[in-house]
Amino acid sequence: MYLYDSYDQAMVDARVEEFRDQAQRRLDGRISEEQFRPLRLMNGLYLQLHAYMLRVAIPYGTLNSRQMHMLADIADKYDRGYGHFTTRQNIQYNWIKLEETADLLADLASVEMHAIQTSGNCIRNISSDHFAGAAADELVDPRPYAELLRQWSSFHPEFSFLPRKFKIAVIASDTDRAAMRLHDIGIQIVKNDAGELGAAFYVGGGMGRTPMIAPMIREFVPLDQLVTYSEACLRVYNRYGRRDNKYKARIKILVHELGKDEYTRQVEEEFKHLLDQGVEPPLAELERLKPFFADPDFVDGPKTVDRSDPDFALWVERNTHRHKHDSYVSAVISLKPVAGIPGDASSEQMHLMADLAKAYSFDEMRVMHTQNVVLPHVRIADLHALWTKLEAAGLGSPNLDTIEDIIACPGLDYCSLANARSIPLAQRISTRFAEKGKTEQLGELKLKISGCINACGHHHAGHIGILGVDKKGTENYQLLLGGSEAEDTALGKITGRGFDEDGVIDAIETVTDIYLDKREEGERFLDTYRRIGMDPFKEALYD
Amino acid sequence: MTEQQDWGTSPDQVQFRFRDDEIADVPAVTVDSCCDQTNATAVRIEPGDDARELLPFLDRLQLVEVNFPAYTDGRGYSAARVLREAGYTGELRAVGDVLVDQIGFMRRCGFDAFAPDKPINEDDAKTAFARWPEVYQSAADTRKPIWDLRHE
Repeated sequence: MYLYDSYDQAMVDARVEEFRDQAQRRLDGRISEEQFRPLRLMNGLYLQLHAYMLRVAIPYGTLNSRQMHMLADIADKYDRGYGHFTTRQNIQYNWIKLEETADLLADLASVEMHAIQTSGNCIRNISSDHFAGAAADELVDPRPYAELLRQWSSFHPEFSFLPRKFKIAVIASDTDRAAMRLHDIGIQIVKNDAGELGAAFYVGGGMGRTPMIAPMIREFVPLDQLVTYSEACLRVYNRYGRRDNKYKARIKILVHELGKDEYTRQVEEEFKHLLDQGVEPPLAELERLKPFFADPDFVDGPKTVDRSDPDFALWVERNTHRHKHDSYVSAVISLKPVAGIPGDASSEQMHLMADLAKAYSFDEMRVMHTQNVVLPHVRIADLHALWTKLEAAGLGSPNLDTIEDIIACPGLDYCSLANARSIPLAQRISTRFAEKGKTEQLGELKLKISGCINACGHHHAGHIGILGVDKKGTENYQLLLGGSEAEDTALGKITGRGFDEDGVIDAIETVTDIYLDKREEGERFLDTYRRIGMDPFKEALYD
Repeated sequence: MTEQQDWGTSPDQVQFRFRDDEIADVPAVTVDSCCDQTNATAVRIEPGDDARELLPFLDRLQLVEVNFPAYTDGRGYSAARVLREAGYTGELRAVGDVLVDQIGFMRRCGFDAFAPDKPINEDDAKTAFARWPEVYQSAADTRKPIWDLRHE
C-alpha cells in the first residue's frame, strides 16, 4: 500500500497546524461558528445532534495494522471506545470535543492519516474497489490511479469551494463493487484495442434526493492525460454548476440540465485548452506509485478447505471472495452481527482486526463501502484459524451480501438532518430474519436504509431500499424495490404509501415471501423482481 | 434593473499586494462595459461573469478585480486561473468576502492583490500565505508541484 514520503508527511503536518490555529480562533471567539463552519468541514468535523462528529479519511479504503491500531486508540482516547465505518470507506467518531480535535489529528498524522476533505464542498475521499489488487477479475490495480487523483485533489486551490461536495470512484474491472456510476465522477481503467491502458469517464451520477446514473462522457482518456481531463470536468462544474439552490448544486444536475452532449462538449473544449497548461503530472509519478501496490510475495499452498464444520463452511461460502492467486482468498469481516449497529466496531475489535491483518493478510485491510472490513490476501490454509479467532470476537457473522448485511446511515440517533431512525430498524430487521432462519434461504439481497432523502444509506441502490421520512411528526418508512449499485446500476422504485416501523419490517418480509414463492432456479431477489415487475409485490403489500 | 454603479475598490482598500508596479488608481467597470468600451483599463468580474469574454482585451487591462460576495462561491478561483492561463499579467485583485483561510488558495490561482471587506489580521495572513511547504498540483503560480520535485 502507499506510504508517505517526506512531502506527503509535511503536507499533513501543515494541515494539523492550520487546523490548530483555526480551532483556536474559534475557541477564542475570534471567528463565529458561521465562519468556522467551512473550515471545520474541510477537516471532516461536523456538528451533529449531540456532539462533534469527526470523519477520518481512509483513501480508497486501504489501511495497515498500525493505522487500524491508531484508529482503535483514538476511539478510546477521544471517543467512547468505538468507531463507525462509513459508505465512503472512511471511519467516523461521534463524540468528539473541539478542544481535542487538533491533538487527534496530530495522532492521525503520526500514522500517515488525516481528515482532509472528508466533508465540505470539495473533492472528497476517493473510493475504489475493496478487492483491488486481489480480485481475480480485475484488469489492473485501480489504486495507483486513485492515489494520483488523491494527491492532485488535496488542497486543490481552484476546487476547494465548489458548488457542492464532489465524489470520485476509480475501478478497474467490469464487475463494479464501488457503485462507480453513482459518483460525481466514476472512472473505470480500461484497455483499448491497441492494448493500452486508459480511463473511461462517467460523470454526473449520484444519489441524494435526485438520484442519477452517470453517463459515460469519454470512452478512453490516455493515462498521461488523466489529471488534465479530471481538471477539465471540475472546471466546467466549478464555473457553471448551480449555486442558487443547494439541492440542485451537484454536478449531476448540471450534466442533466445541459445534457450529456453539451456538458461533454464544454469539457472537451476546456480539456484541449488545459493540455497546454502543464497540469499533468509526469508519467514517472504514476510509475512511482505502482510498486506501492505490487503483489505481496504469495506462496503456493492448499487450494481447498475442510468444510466438515458447517458453521465454518457457511462462512467460507458467504464471506470469502475469489483471489487472483489460487492459494488465497479475500476474507470479509462482517461488521453486521445480528441486532448490531451496521458498521460499528469497538476498539477491541479494531485491535483484533489489525492483529489478524498482520498475521494473515500481509498487514493490509480494506474498508468496504458496505461497511465491512476485508482482509484482502488470506492463505486458504489459514482460513480456519482466522475464522476461529473472528468467531470468538463476535466478528464471524456469515452474512456478506445477505439481508443481514444492511447499509444504514446514522439516522436520527446521531444526524441533525435525519427524519427517521435507521439503526434500530436495521437491528430489528437482521434479528427478524436471523430468528426465522430465512437469511440463508434468501441468498444475495442487498438492503439499504436512509433516514432522510439525502440517501447516505444508499436506499436508491438497494435491491430493497428503505427511506425514512417525517410524516406529520412521526417516523414513516417508504419501501423501494429493484435498485442496484453494481455494474447493472439501477434505481429502486417506491412501492407505494409508506409504513410505520413495525409495518415496514412486516412489509420486507412480505416482499421476500413473494420472491421465495415466485423465484426460478438460480434467481436472486433482484432477478425475480426484474422478471416479474413491481405488481405482484404491490398486490401483496397493499391489497 | 436598477443602475448599480460599482466603482470597485480603491487602492487604499488593498491590504496585501505582491507586485512592484504602481497601483492602478482607475475605477473598475463591469465585464459588459469593458467589452463595449475601448478604453477601460480596469474591470470587475462578478461570480456569474465569464472571464473569457475579457480575453480580447487583456493587453489594455491594468487591473482585474474578482469579487467574492460570499467566500463559499468559488467561481472566482476559476476566473483568476483562466485569465492567468491566457497570459494576463496585470494586477488580479480579490475583493469582497476574502478571508484568511482562502488567501493561500487565491494566491495559487493567480491573485496578487487582496482587498478584503474586513481587514485580515496581519500575522494570521503571513502564516496563511506561508502555510504549505510544497504543493500537490500546478496552478497559476510558479510553484513546482511535489510530483515534479520527486522526479527532478
